[in-house]
Amino acid sequence: MDRRHFITGLGAVAGSTLLPACSPKAGKPIPPGRLLGSSLTLGHRLRSGAFPEPSETRRLPVVIIGAGIGGLSAGWKLKRAGFEDFLLLEMESEAGGNSRAGKNAVSAYPLGAHYLPLPTREAVATRELLAELGVLKGDPRAPRPEYEERYLCATPQERLYRNGLWQEGLFPQMGVAADDLAQYAAFQERMADFRQRRDSDGRRAFALPMALSSRSPDLLALDNTSMRDWLLAQGWDSAHLHWYVNYACRDDYGCSSDAVSAWAGIHYFACRDGEAANAETDTVLTTPGGNAWLADGLAQGLDERILPNALVYRVADTGRAVEIDLFLPQEARSIRLLAGQAIWAAPLFLVPGILAGNPMLQQAAQKYSYAPWLVANLTLKAFPEERAGTGVAWDNVLHDSPGLGYVVATHQQMRLRRGPTVLTYYRALSELSPTDARKRLEQTSREQWAADILDDLARPHPDIREQVTSIDIVRYGHAMARPIPGFIWGGARSPFAADEPRLRFAHADVSGFSLFEEAQYRGVLAAERTLDRLRIPYASSLS
Amino acid sequence: MNQALLLSVFVVASCGLAYELIAAALASYVLGDSVTQFSTVIGTYLFAMGVGSWLSRHVTRDLVVRFIQIELMIGVLGGFSAAALFFAFVWFAAPFKLMLYLVVFAIGALVGLEIPLIMRILKRDLAFKDVVSQVLTFDYLGALVVSVLFPILLVPHLGLVRSALLFGLLNALVALWALWLFREKLPRLGWLRTQCVVALLLLGSAFAVAGKVTDLAEAHLYSDEIVHAETSPYQRIVITRWKDDLRLFLNNNLQFSSRDEYRYHEALVHPGLATLPGARRVLVLGGGDGLAVREILKYPQVESVTLVDLDPAMTTLFSTAPALTALNENALASPKVRVVNADALQWLEENNERYDFVVIDFPDPSNFAIGKLYSSAFYRLLDKHLTENGLAAVQSTSPLYARQSYWCVVTTIESTGLVATPYHALVPSFGEWGYVLISRRAYQPPADYSVATRFLTPATTSALFEFPKDMARVEAEVNRLNNQVLVRYFEKEWRQVIR
Repeated sequence: MDRRHFITGLGAVAGSTLLPACSPKAGKPIPPGRLLGSSLTLGHRLRSGAFPEPSETRRLPVVIIGAGIGGLSAGWKLKRAGFEDFLLLEMESEAGGNSRAGKNAVSAYPLGAHYLPLPTREAVATRELLAELGVLKGDPRAPRPEYEERYLCATPQERLYRNGLWQEGLFPQMGVAADDLAQYAAFQERMADFRQRRDSDGRRAFALPMALSSRSPDLLALDNTSMRDWLLAQGWDSAHLHWYVNYACRDDYGCSSDAVSAWAGIHYFACRDGEAANAETDTVLTTPGGNAWLADGLAQGLDERILPNALVYRVADTGRAVEIDLFLPQEARSIRLLAGQAIWAAPLFLVPGILAGNPMLQQAAQKYSYAPWLVANLTLKAFPEERAGTGVAWDNVLHDSPGLGYVVATHQQMRLRRGPTVLTYYRALSELSPTDARKRLEQTSREQWAADILDDLARPHPDIREQVTSIDIVRYGHAMARPIPGFIWGGARSPFAADEPRLRFAHADVSGFSLFEEAQYRGVLAAERTLDRLRIPYASSLS
Repeated sequence: MNQALLLSVFVVASCGLAYELIAAALASYVLGDSVTQFSTVIGTYLFAMGVGSWLSRHVTRDLVVRFIQIELMIGVLGGFSAAALFFAFVWFAAPFKLMLYLVVFAIGALVGLEIPLIMRILKRDLAFKDVVSQVLTFDYLGALVVSVLFPILLVPHLGLVRSALLFGLLNALVALWALWLFREKLPRLGWLRTQCVVALLLLGSAFAVAGKVTDLAEAHLYSDEIVHAETSPYQRIVITRWKDDLRLFLNNNLQFSSRDEYRYHEALVHPGLATLPGARRVLVLGGGDGLAVREILKYPQVESVTLVDLDPAMTTLFSTAPALTALNENALASPKVRVVNADALQWLEENNERYDFVVIDFPDPSNFAIGKLYSSAFYRLLDKHLTENGLAAVQSTSPLYARQSYWCVVTTIESTGLVATPYHALVPSFGEWGYVLISRRAYQPPADYSVATRFLTPATTSALFEFPKDMARVEAEVNRLNNQVLVRYFEKEWRQVIR
């Protein structure tokens, strides 16, 4: 669910609208819709812990727990190596994790993650996947490959609504003082330096996948301070610059710049340097259904291997095999799998409740904290009325908003006229502590969220209430790990990154933040380590 | 009573500032150069207020009656100022500036009279220091409120014409209120009341029909008589006639003039279709006026023509209105023609059929939505609908007025591996106009035309493919969905032409 933006222009952000342009119209009923996010209820069932004893035991060479991007990538790599004797267990009714999509008569639309930046040169597995899907043309290792045009985000990619006007790019351009611009330019220059920098071993300062980053102590020390404090320590106090960086942190990590480590914050700006023959570096790849095409691409040919609606409630490494107990709600019974090799590709906050007999990992998992998110899909019968300024973009950000803005599902369409559309509105509940935010997420009704979102969107789109026909809300109690200061390089992740004889971990949580490339890297790495144990030859997708 | 008068100071001050902002914004809107317009309008207005204040010494009797009458005058004058200036601009451009400053001066002078009068009315009951402090406080507060509301609420929601009328109503209401407050002290109450009611009625009814005002103004944007006007869900369709010249305007943009449309449509259709003796199936994207279809139907070998146009109002109009079916020779009623009302792009994506000849007659690439229809992705999609020897003709804006835009289309087509053959023709009502033929192999212009033409001859055809020096090829980037350079070129080039 990461949302990443690059800088398209100079400027800085500040100020707040004096008056809301339009007061909410009371009495207008809230459009119908669904409240999604079943992981909340299933997760509760896990905590209460009452499951029948397994009625059957099966043996399998390899089991993958979780069919999000990490688990699917592990399965993808195993299959590419010609090994297909494995099972992928998924708690939800379909695979894809945070990269799932919905679809209605108007369009497909993302339920979570919605884009992939042009892959870096280190992201070999990502490039191989894109080449397999025909989106990257030619050699996946080419420095500047050509990408399929319909997947490159159409112009204009992003705009910002501020003080009653839409402007191109995310950086405010009006009423910004020279000093703010200078600070912003200096910030950009520093990020460009970080992007170029390599250590004596030739590793990039901030690589993607992050495991390939330099371990130079001065860089790792950045993890001990917050992004906000780091900016201030550089002498950058511009409120505009701080808004901008804070937005980036909320957008990518679900928490504000004073809660994100400077290492993670800088990683956001400094890791992306992917190039294309037919697009600028800051272009992203996207589709109406967000990143679901990537999940579907990974899952191609794995249908027989994926077991949905399978609730794993206990995992234990017996020293000879990994015991995996799972409950099948549709059959109202449990079964036990004895796996020669197991890949845990579920979020790590589930470790303490499920992984038995490993206090070290349980303790490490407790050091993780998670950002709750809300994703709303608004179906509109026509494009809403617009305030003045630049026209609709793919990503539309509101300056003074609790939300992160919305993306337009039909943006990639070629049409003479704009017809009905679906807007996907994102909100990280970063203003509250994760615990309070989860409480709020659980206790707030769909109608209340919908009313709040309509109020927010009515500022730039006065007639939005007349256009919206439905609002679906997806709640993510644990959307993504939070890279708080001291976390990324503080040791909590390392036991999960280690290669153990039978059980290894494959989830973006192992990297510490939720990016497609990280999840895929962890999945492929776990698969390759598993193939090593099974003595099956393969060509690595990691270098 | 005093509080009520102070409140009216607040309203009066709001109205005063509003008229000033409306006049300046309207002048900027129609004349451009907002810095000049705002400074000259504000300067004139403030000076006029000074004149008004100075003149106030000559008002000696019946202060309240004068105050009420001045309010009504400001209400009517200010209220109708935006509408009047707008019409003045549409009708006669030259004296617009004179009218602008006269109106601004008159309103300013009247507003300048207001505050001194109120102060003098209040002075009867209050100490001078209190009068000055209270009146000026409310005066400035009113100005603040309007200056904040103007850009946020008024302009976006009401527009200039209706905002002015709204403030006119407020002025008139203040007059009515003052009338009520002083009802026991005023002479000739009935006459004053009539004046108030007339002003309120005038302003109120104008406010109610202000939406129609734009239609009235529109009639004067077209130089000729409007013979048909309708607003479909997709566009505003206007047909005008002057003698035997019929013109079609879509959203105020000229689409054709019946005097020279044959030049445009012959050039669009014949250089391509005349080289395809085996063409059976033809597709027309856009072109709901049926004029390209009229040219296509001249070829007996053509068995079917599919016309995809979004707007049923257009295709119905051009299938039924006698003057228009005469122009397109009833082309849309031909049994060979199938009319599909759909989004051409969606239709192309959802159909797999191939065509021998395709006519692409989309609007000029003036925004990002239309710019996509000139992108490399679009031409790749088109490629899938062309038969092996098929040709497509694209209208591609003017190589003279939008030179880089035109050559950008050529470059973009070439980037997809298709062959682009550029040509142009003179259409007097448009100017020099550009087309591109798209093919899979090198294209040769026709040696002869087997059909009747008014414009094209075999001898002059080769000249269409020659580009004089001022339209010769220039460098341009490929127009991609993810860069939309064509829209940027087009915007830049037409901005220079329109000035």
